[in-house]
Amino acid sequence: MHQPTTSAPARAAAGGSAIAASTAAGAAPSYDLERVRADFPLLAQTIHGRPLIYLDNAASSQKPRAVLEAIAGCYRDYYANVGRGVHRLAQLATAARERARETVRAFVGAAAAEEIVFVSGTTEAINLVAHSYGRGRRTGLAAGDEVLVTAMEHHSNLVPWQLLCEERGASLRVVPIDRRGELDLAALRRLLSPRTRIVAVAHVSNVLGTINPVAEIADLVHRSGAVLLVDGAQAAPHLTVDVAMLGCDFYAFSGHKVYGPSGIGALYGRAELLAAMPPWQGGGGMIEQVRFEGTTYAPPPQRFEAGTPNIEGAIGLAAALDYLTTLGLNAVAVWEGRLLQRAAERLSAIPGVQLVGSARERAGLLSFLVEGVHPHDVGTVLDGLGIAVRAGHHCAQPLMEVLELPATTRASFGLYNTLDEVDALAAAVERVREVFA
Amino acid sequence: MSGGFGELQDLYGEVILDHNRRPRNFGRLPGASHSAVGYNPLCGDRVEVYLRVEQGRIEEIAFEGVGCAISTASASMMTEALRGKSLEETRRLFERFHALVTGAPDGGGSTRGGADTAGGGALELGKLAAFAGVGEYPMRVKCATLAWHALQSALAAGKATAGRG
Repeated sequence: MHQPTTSAPARAAAGGSAIAASTAAGAAPSYDLERVRADFPLLAQTIHGRPLIYLDNAASSQKPRAVLEAIAGCYRDYYANVGRGVHRLAQLATAARERARETVRAFVGAAAAEEIVFVSGTTEAINLVAHSYGRGRRTGLAAGDEVLVTAMEHHSNLVPWQLLCEERGASLRVVPIDRRGELDLAALRRLLSPRTRIVAVAHVSNVLGTINPVAEIADLVHRSGAVLLVDGAQAAPHLTVDVAMLGCDFYAFSGHKVYGPSGIGALYGRAELLAAMPPWQGGGGMIEQVRFEGTTYAPPPQRFEAGTPNIEGAIGLAAALDYLTTLGLNAVAVWEGRLLQRAAERLSAIPGVQLVGSARERAGLLSFLVEGVHPHDVGTVLDGLGIAVRAGHHCAQPLMEVLELPATTRASFGLYNTLDEVDALAAAVERVREVFA
Repeated sequence: MSGGFGELQDLYGEVILDHNRRPRNFGRLPGASHSAVGYNPLCGDRVEVYLRVEQGRIEEIAFEGVGCAISTASASMMTEALRGKSLEETRRLFERFHALVTGAPDGGGSTRGGADTAGGGALELGKLAAFAGVGEYPMRVKCATLAWHALQSALAAGKATAGRG
């Protein structure tokens, strides 16, 4: 996995341009970076006396004023519980939350709003599918069945499947990655069999930045009769998501990584699959009729939304998605492609700095190593210079084992980052080298 | 490390950087009576501490492993500080060190910069005072105490893990 430093920039740059090329067919879209930055009040602060440079967007992103205002507005103007209230405020809150569902539907390209389940985030979405689909009477796994994951999965797209397999006597198989950090599709073909029931794949790797070819994977998975769940946590902020074009059966993402609030996310599920799935949590809101002798359940998506939901979260998420679509995901992708390309060039030009992963298609982030310096020390020195990055195993311990690394430093970009900030990152990494020389 | 780092200099002082570059007592200890591994799952740091204890006194001590500058330097300086110390002195020194890096009121602030207090008793932090800066970085406390916790496990495990190497 360790790439020679000299060849890394070219590959990474190619990845950056690939993103740009696929999204900027016509004239270069205008992108008013100064205005964008002004939309994010948190960015205008200093850390340890230096201007904040926030490069930890893959962990969580900052929020535009439109999101803050949407949440405050809900509480200030029309807050009440949703669902059954007959009064005016309940109607307003319910309508706003259902409009938010429609916004999410449009954002992911689903056919119907009923295919969108509100959840607390990607982790809960995946657990929902593992519990409900994975353990359902009509859809559940049996002993001897198999679940396929990839070597680059976040713990949240691995552990729920381990729990399911353990309980059901099923096996978990792992699709390997190659030296560049791309998925080994030939191995996927070999591993797929009539025993395969569920395949779970990240759209974008949170460590390597690799964009996986979901449409191609979906085709292979469906030909072998399995269903495909895509962990879109790292993709939704950077790529146009269209579940119809991707052809996946489930798609999960988190609000807090797409400039929305934390504690909210969405699961897209193909209508006929959701219809066949049993509830996974019981409570109010998910029932049709409750009697002591037995209860019948509401149709999707309410069937999967027990209890009073995160109302203001859904409304804030919709505001974030509106913000993104107004800016234009293509324009965002082109800008972030430039940031990524510049970062790859600058960092790999520093002696002793090595990029981790060199997939041809990448989005959003770069993992790197500084020779002789532990990633935590890199992170702490960068913090002292006002730069927020992530250091560690990034909740992907099995992948770190494959890479034979205890940890990496990860710089992850968002739509408000600047080329100057990328240059400051590179300069700071040079400082790290000096400090620990 | 010229200007611009501000309080970072408190964390990565020259003593710490030096022990990170050239860890002392690094390697296995043949004939160790005690040993234990310390592992920080959060960052993947791993340190193994080896001791030869005779009649309640640490005669020899060494460590090996991979970690950040703070955990490496802490392990290295711990081995220097503890050679020849009794187990009771060791326990009390860890208490003081722990208070220092967690920023507790009795964190040995008075010994800060007093590394060479001549004739200091067994409880003087001495060079370990270099870790006072960690108090400002709560995320790094576990790094500074990793080797110490491994030492504790080694001593608590008694002879059960003896005879390695």
